[in-house]
Amino acid sequence: MPGPHGRMKGGKKIENPGKVFKRLMRYVMKSYGPHLVIVAVLIFVSVLANVQGTMFIQRLIDDYIKPMLTQDVPDFSPLAGAIARVACLYLIGVICSYAWNRIMINVTQGTLRNVRDDLFSHMETLPIKYFDTHAHGDIMSTYTNDTETLRQMISQSMPQVFNSAITIVSVLISMIILSIPLTVVTLVMVAVMLMVTRKVAGLSGRYFLEQQSNLGKVNGFIEEMMNGQKVVKVFNHEEKNIEDFRSLNDALFESADKANYLVNVVGPVNQQLGNVSYVVCAIVGGALALSGATGLTLGKLASFLTFNRSFNMPINQVSQQFNSIVMAMAGAERIFKMLDEASEVDNGYVTLVNVKEENGTLTETPERTGRWAWRHEHQADHTVDYVELMGDVVFDGVDFGYNDDKMVLHDVKLYAEPGQKIAFVGSTGAGKTTITNLINRFYDIQDGKIRYDGINVNKIKKDDLRRSLGIVLQDTHLFTGTVMENIRYGKLDATDEEVRAAAKLANADSFIRRLPEGYDTVLSGDGANLSQGQRQLLAIARAAVADPPVLILDEATSSIDTRTERIVQDGMDKLMKGRTTFVIAHRLSTVRNSDCIMVLEQGRIIERGTHNQLIEERGKYYQLYTGNAITV
Amino acid sequence: MIKTLAAQIKEYKKVSVITPVFMVLEVVFEMLIPFLMASIIDDGVEAGNMQHIYAVGAVMVGAALCGLFCGVMGGKYGARASTGFAKNLRQAMFENIQTFSFASLDKFSTAGLVTRLTTDVTNMQMAYQMILRICFRAPVSMVCAMAMAFLINAELAGIYLVAVIALGVVLFFIIRGAMKYFKQAFPKYDELNASVQENVSAIRVVKAYVREEHETKKFKKASQGIYDIFSKAEKHVVLNMPVMMFTVYGCILLISWLGAKQIVHDTLTTGELMSLLTYCMNILMSLMMVAMIFVMMSMSIASAERICEVLTEKSDLTNPVNPVYEVPSGDIEFRHVRFAYNKESNEAVLHDINLKIHAGETIGIIGGTGSAKTSLVNLISRLYDVTDGAVLVGDRDVREYDIETLRNEVAVVLQKNVLFSGTILDNLRWGDEDATEEACRRVCRLACADEFIEKMPDGYQTYIEQGGTNVSGGQRQRLTIARALLKKPKVLILDDSTSAVDTATDAKIRKAFAEEIPDTTKLIIAQRVASVMHADRIIVMDDGRVHGFGTHEELLRDNEIYREVYESQTNGGGDFDEPKGGEE
Repeated sequence: MPGPHGRMKGGKKIENPGKVFKRLMRYVMKSYGPHLVIVAVLIFVSVLANVQGTMFIQRLIDDYIKPMLTQDVPDFSPLAGAIARVACLYLIGVICSYAWNRIMINVTQGTLRNVRDDLFSHMETLPIKYFDTHAHGDIMSTYTNDTETLRQMISQSMPQVFNSAITIVSVLISMIILSIPLTVVTLVMVAVMLMVTRKVAGLSGRYFLEQQSNLGKVNGFIEEMMNGQKVVKVFNHEEKNIEDFRSLNDALFESADKANYLVNVVGPVNQQLGNVSYVVCAIVGGALALSGATGLTLGKLASFLTFNRSFNMPINQVSQQFNSIVMAMAGAERIFKMLDEASEVDNGYVTLVNVKEENGTLTETPERTGRWAWRHEHQADHTVDYVELMGDVVFDGVDFGYNDDKMVLHDVKLYAEPGQKIAFVGSTGAGKTTITNLINRFYDIQDGKIRYDGINVNKIKKDDLRRSLGIVLQDTHLFTGTVMENIRYGKLDATDEEVRAAAKLANADSFIRRLPEGYDTVLSGDGANLSQGQRQLLAIARAAVADPPVLILDEATSSIDTRTERIVQDGMDKLMKGRTTFVIAHRLSTVRNSDCIMVLEQGRIIERGTHNQLIEERGKYYQLYTGNAITV
Repeated sequence: MIKTLAAQIKEYKKVSVITPVFMVLEVVFEMLIPFLMASIIDDGVEAGNMQHIYAVGAVMVGAALCGLFCGVMGGKYGARASTGFAKNLRQAMFENIQTFSFASLDKFSTAGLVTRLTTDVTNMQMAYQMILRICFRAPVSMVCAMAMAFLINAELAGIYLVAVIALGVVLFFIIRGAMKYFKQAFPKYDELNASVQENVSAIRVVKAYVREEHETKKFKKASQGIYDIFSKAEKHVVLNMPVMMFTVYGCILLISWLGAKQIVHDTLTTGELMSLLTYCMNILMSLMMVAMIFVMMSMSIASAERICEVLTEKSDLTNPVNPVYEVPSGDIEFRHVRFAYNKESNEAVLHDINLKIHAGETIGIIGGTGSAKTSLVNLISRLYDVTDGAVLVGDRDVREYDIETLRNEVAVVLQKNVLFSGTILDNLRWGDEDATEEACRRVCRLACADEFIEKMPDGYQTYIEQGGTNVSGGQRQRLTIARALLKKPKVLILDDSTSAVDTATDAKIRKAFAEEIPDTTKLIIAQRVASVMHADRIIVMDDGRVHGFGTHEELLRDNEIYREVYESQTNGGGDFDEPKGGEE
């Protein structure tokens, strides 16, 4: 179970940043390899053009202006020619940098899209267990925060670092060509800058972690209290709440203040050290130029000073990108972790097909005949059997636990013949819902066997297995979209007429028609604008339109008042007719006419039989039924 | 809007003023450097005057140090002002939310409030820091550099002026174009996230109906939409780059050409030319900064608006001028009560309710889905105010009481209830901060929660996870009942609070209520007839009206709805909690 502040970030170190980085690069390259190669070439060209342009300033003074000063009639044509050449260089530089920036948009946005798509399509294959054991907030955060860190890194940090690296190398070479002593001076200053930056970054990093942890606490508190705000009001807990919040908020401020201060300081420190470096170079360079010993000319000094600037700048930029790269690595790690989660295993090979009967034998047909059969291709000899879908379900000695060390079901045996109605009763936590979750293989059993029409459910392809089962769950979930679309979820190609018929069957039609837009009313936020009961009616209609041979109703009518339920019941009875139905319910009205009632207690079936048999037995069912455990 | 936000700067006003001052001073020192540089080259190097180089060099280092000091101070105070502002915003919003009525809470939704308190505040913090540190710095830097350029050579500096204006105009149009797409993009992005959220919580439905591919297809379409629109927006943004570079390079070449001419004609020195070229970068980079600020600011306007909505929301439930601090009894009366959630619309959910309930009575409330049972009881503890008529507790209009007093005396166990992270004892003590462990045990016994608590390894010290995810629905309900009992209220309202509790336990709780707290008025909303049939009287609600009010026997005789419900749950139906029902 995740902690109360599951969304806290930054507290952990990335295990292997190099590996994550390599994997991220491979991921980007997979779709955008050629793009990245082109971008690299373009960056290279644009940097070179830029450096060449800077070199021009040296030539401007030494090669063009100086000679003109000595001429009686200054000849401007060499200068004009040079400016034209440089203009071309600049133009190439501008075009290249526009081009790579433009391409990077596709790379960045495309990669983000791929990441989201991959995350989502992979998430859809994950077993239910994954969702049980991961806080939904954390899963969401992978899509939002973590993906966002990638955007920053791919669109800005990566090209920036590459750009800077090329700039640094080419500027360094140019500086060495111009003057070795001044290059040494510059490098010494850079070393000082890096040292200071590291020192400050180390300090700020500590406060940054503290800030992230405090932010996690504040956000966790906010989330919890906003969820429980109505309870807060009912209990007059407002003032206490404000005090608790104030202390968390103050702690956040303390660490955020320090962290931001140190982050803010890095910039000016580097910049001014850069200026000092500039001055030192000017003084040393001036002295050298005056002595004339190293052949340093005034023009070369001017040019060098420009390089000194362009050398400091990329170093600053790289150090500023450092933070976002670290964050992106952490984000990427979480993204990959989710992508690495094992999908639901499906070794099933028995599939569900439409059949028709010809001369007493079942034959497969592509048309929708309304008759279904399991297509069982035997692995040994590849012969194919067709077993008609009847809805016969057998549990044989089933043991199950959500974790291997704690079993919640023990030696469950049950038989449901086609068309029978089987009910599960028992107190909360007895394992009723768990049993139904095993039939459709939301979870896999530890021991025993579940057979469906005589076939081990493990052999049936999960999709086909689930398609043959209609489930109305305890918690109703609806999707953003119209009422019509929500009901149609049960059968995507259902006509409007079929949808309406299903709604009528579930007694949902009357309230739907009273909605402002009728069947076209858009539901949002999990159908927040409907009452719990109305949502359950929609869920029943959704199952009805799917028209499955086996139905599982898990407290499907618990929030529908009994009066309405009685009306729904008619529809439900119609729906259940001829289908194997598993029912979990509190209400006797739903349970009483079952063919077999299973009484569960602490994961074991303790009684079974029809209503009358169980009443005769005067056991637990009798107690539950009469409610006289204490009142007798 | 700005006024509302500015009011939250509070104790950080001083640092908010100092920050830009330091930032501007930093710029001034920084601007001096290229100027001094020119002096070194012209008067020092060219004149062969090493003395001058040292002197001016020393001044430059001094300027750099001063610049450093100002930069550090600006950073320090900027951080303090912006994080402090964020702190105040968060605090102010949180405090105001505590005064919200249920109606306001419904309006904003939990997710909406969380976003405002988290993401939106972070956005504002960044925006504020940018305003303080860069908003002043960039224009000043531009103006200073421009002034310096004019000081050196007005004729050549004129080129910059033209370039700045031209670039400014072009940037404006580019950004405006990009903003249009960004504005469309953000809501789409929110929608995408909402659909992920939806899928995560409804994963069982998706899998049960084998709709994984369907959902993935839907998602990919939406995600492609995001790709398209963000790409369009970004395509505009990257236009900034070539335009900017083109201008910078154009200026450099033009200055080089014209500068060379002037040097030849002796109206400009080489050192001055160098300085002019340095200022070129300064001026145009600052302009770029201003443009970026403009983009960022317009993006954070949405956050600012959302925050202001919370700050300016006023609770429509206010304490009376001379509140009454004592609730004399648990008598309840409804007089011609009409209630609508939305005051403007005429869709009332309760119509002309008239009820009289005596202290100590147990009242059952039953009725169909949407018959306004919850709305009815919510009026008693003044979670909402009536639209017309009056609700009286202890013979006084609820609007005359101090709200806190009223809510302490009228305890509601909400239908949608929550536990908070903390131990079981912590949670119970929400009802009474000073309750002894003995008192806590007693209420747990009443609510039949003692059995399962004592079975837990840490007993009453068991830690409840956020949202109470580590206890079952039935256990959660019993804990919330115990928590309410600890208030020792005069009126106790249970809004469908035992729906997940098994029938035998439900009966046990009702029995304990009858024996242990006989003087408390008890209102019990339930779906099961058995949960209410032993009440002194039962209210039958139908479509926002009281359809019947009487004892079980009376209603069974006179009230068709009640009879229908009763029969549906007993004859050929019945319910597990219905005593001796099926036997007869």
